[in-house]
Amino acid sequence: MIFVVSFLVVLMLVGAVAASIFRDLISAIIAAALVSLIASILFYFLQAPDVAMAEAAIGAALTAAIFIIAIRRTKRYEE
Amino acid sequence: MRRIVSLLLLIIVAFGISLSLAKIPFGVPKTKVGRHYIDEGIEETGAANIVTSVVVNYRGFDTLGEITVLFIAAIGLGAVLTSSGREKMRKTEPASLVLYTGCRLLFPLILIFGIYIFIHGHLTPGGGFQGGAIIASGFLLIYLGCRERRISRIASNLTESLGGLIFVVIGLLGLVFGGYFLLNFLPKGTTNALFSAGIIPIIYIAIGFKVGSELAGIIDNLIEES
Repeated sequence: MIFVVSFLVVLMLVGAVAASIFRDLISAIIAAALVSLIASILFYFLQAPDVAMAEAAIGAALTAAIFIIAIRRTKRYEE
Repeated sequence: MRRIVSLLLLIIVAFGISLSLAKIPFGVPKTKVGRHYIDEGIEETGAANIVTSVVVNYRGFDTLGEITVLFIAAIGLGAVLTSSGREKMRKTEPASLVLYTGCRLLFPLILIFGIYIFIHGHLTPGGGFQGGAIIASGFLLIYLGCRERRISRIASNLTESLGGLIFVVIGLLGLVFGGYFLLNFLPKGTTNALFSAGIIPIIYIAIGFKVGSELAGIIDNLIEES
């Protein structure tokens, strides 16, 4: 159990760092959504299924979609 | 020089914060109210899900505030983004067959799952906010897959207003019957039954409709303008 959780935390950190250094903003959004998704899995492991559900639906799906819609209006690549 | 000073400052601030954090006993119950909710919550509210009994019953007024915040955010977004008319929508190319078929197949299932989540909010994990967010993600799928489909803005606004109105009216009915706002005036029934916990399921269904239509409306506004 502790190995699964630590693997997920490491993956989450990788996603967070990747989200901040990617120049392609779509990739950065996907990395940020990964952080949210893993956060929701961790919430589930911590026996908070209510929060996990909200985090998965809002953090991983809706926020990513809203960011992508916003990027479609602006530029995809960061200088 | 400046860097050294800022680094020194950072170290001092981090030291101070860690000193004060070390004083806080984490993981130890510091108040009695949490223990009270866990021990007496099911008996007092009739809801099997303690989180729901806290969100809707013990802290119902805070939930009303949260909903108001979401409502104001949606209104603000609509006011900023909605321009003269919605007819001048840009022509978009239709979605691919896989996306189109997939979203038509999945949309009713997602909708039913969201409705299940908020109807059973007092029995199983989840509730109005979660169910509403799931329903909104279903609508997002519809916007991606079937691009010519649009939800009617009037229907969405009506659902939203009705949800908020039901919440406030039930709260005021509690004021009429028992003397304080959001009193659980309906019979509590047997725990774990669908019709139990008095006003909690009614309020959560109202919240589910409200949050779902609000989030779907936000996505609708954004897609419309892009």
